[in-house]
Amino acid sequence: MSAASTTPPSTPRSKSWTVKVREKGVEALPPERLLPDGQPTYVASWIYVFGVASIASLIVIIASGTILALKGPAWWHETSVGHFFNSIHMWSVELFFFVMVVHLWGKYWMASWRGGRGRVWVTGAITFLVAVPAALTGYVSQQNFDAQWISTQAKDAMNSVGVGAFFNLTNFGQMYSYHILLLPIAVVALVSVHVLLVRRNGVVPPFELEQRVALTSAGAPPEPNGSPQAPTGGGVPRAATGEQS
Amino acid sequence: MGFVDAMGAVFNLDHPAHTVDWNFIHLSVANVVVIGLMLIVFVLAILLPFPGAAARDAARRGGGAS
Repeated sequence: MSAASTTPPSTPRSKSWTVKVREKGVEALPPERLLPDGQPTYVASWIYVFGVASIASLIVIIASGTILALKGPAWWHETSVGHFFNSIHMWSVELFFFVMVVHLWGKYWMASWRGGRGRVWVTGAITFLVAVPAALTGYVSQQNFDAQWISTQAKDAMNSVGVGAFFNLTNFGQMYSYHILLLPIAVVALVSVHVLLVRRNGVVPPFELEQRVALTSAGAPPEPNGSPQAPTGGGVPRAATGEQS
Repeated sequence: MGFVDAMGAVFNLDHPAHTVDWNFIHLSVANVVVIGLMLIVFVLAILLPFPGAAARDAARRGGGAS
């Protein structure tokens, strides 16, 4: 006999921390917003592709990096398959930064911090800043002359800003720990928060659509597909965004 | 090593890096090429139509949105 089956319906709900966290979580991000089955029609543009392209690159980086970490420097320097995965890892990083910069430019010029999306913008910017040392520690963890050259050059930059005692680029063990544990965890955590905030606030609409919605809300004739409804993600009515499955 | 030798004959890297210098700006040609490619991709992403976007927009205007 379980306790739940004997509890009368009028009993107040449990206020344990798990219940509070669950209720806050569902309130902040309902399942239909966390995993939507449709996006506004304005998302059907190439400029909206580079965010998910960054995530795809990051997945390849982590997968190839995991294999490299399992096999070790002798494998990635001395075997053909090791060279292959070493190259996959390096070029996926190049692609990650390439598409992330185009994503950054696109979001900057559409002022993607509009409509209460400030935290989305800030988490994206911090992710970019954290990804830079993640890449740097990778270059100095190669275990070759290139790594020696980069570490001995970059250590001067660290010393000039006073962090050389804590972040020693010539210390392979420290750099490798940063590269395969601390910084990847930070990047993945920031990307996760970034994506959840995008889900919560919705994808930023184009400027002209936002202006049209403002005019509609002020009394102008409604959209042909129906009258403005409750705001969905950032204050743009679902009818105006033409949301589709 | 045959393939490596053949590629080495095509891409001779045995020289100092080529750089672009403009006042305090000092960039390798390789980085300039990457920055140029990013600018080209950015412009194309804005200008090129997305596959199926026109059909979806037409369906929405015709009342076919689900």
